[in-house]
Amino acid sequence: MRVAVQSAPFDVGTEVSTFTAGVRGAGAVVSFTGLVRDEAGTLSGMEIEHYPGMTEKAIFGIVGEAVSRWSLVDALVIHRYGKLGPGEAIMMVATAAPHRGDAFAAAEFLMDYLKSRAPFWKKELGAGGEAWVAAKDADEDALKRW
Amino acid sequence: MIDVLYFAWVRERIGLPRERLETGAATVADLVDELRAREERYAAAFSDLTSLRVALDQELASFDAPLAGVREVAFFPPMTGG
Repeated sequence: MRVAVQSAPFDVGTEVSTFTAGVRGAGAVVSFTGLVRDEAGTLSGMEIEHYPGMTEKAIFGIVGEAVSRWSLVDALVIHRYGKLGPGEAIMMVATAAPHRGDAFAAAEFLMDYLKSRAPFWKKELGAGGEAWVAAKDADEDALKRW
Repeated sequence: MIDVLYFAWVRERIGLPRERLETGAATVADLVDELRAREERYAAAFSDLTSLRVALDQELASFDAPLAGVREVAFFPPMTGG
């Protein structure tokens, strides 16, 4: 299991290749990448704040929960903080399991929990100023299905 | 002494990321009341607790949780990771 909280960009292809090369006995690898979304085309970037110390602990706790619920061979979480440009990768998760069902479910579980239980806060930077991204009720509701 | 940390708009509203306080508060809610009474910027930041979350020693907690033995309290808005 690897958890990386970093300001530096990462290469999704390299990360998935390295992760896949390291899993023994897996029949499925699922990966998800979250990007800085610029729907209106007016975003100049995003600033992500986090809580050093708690962030790593919270993510390891979430990964540990995923490992206890599904048959996982390995899991990877990378999450960036600091200033990011539109379209840049914010974070990724990868899961490896003997069968795809567990890999898909665990990846979705990780994403749902990272969204509202890992201490990150996003601020959108645009021509019209800056604004903290508000948490959505739907994100909290998403936890209820697990 | 207790370390109190603020993140995101709570940090901006209060105007500092962390401070060390002497407090006799028994619970998080008592600490919030003490902070609110200090200055207007604290009262503004803590005006609506439903829009805030709290962590005690880096674990999510509730506002009625006791502070005995706690070294670090953090206040922040609901998280927006992922």
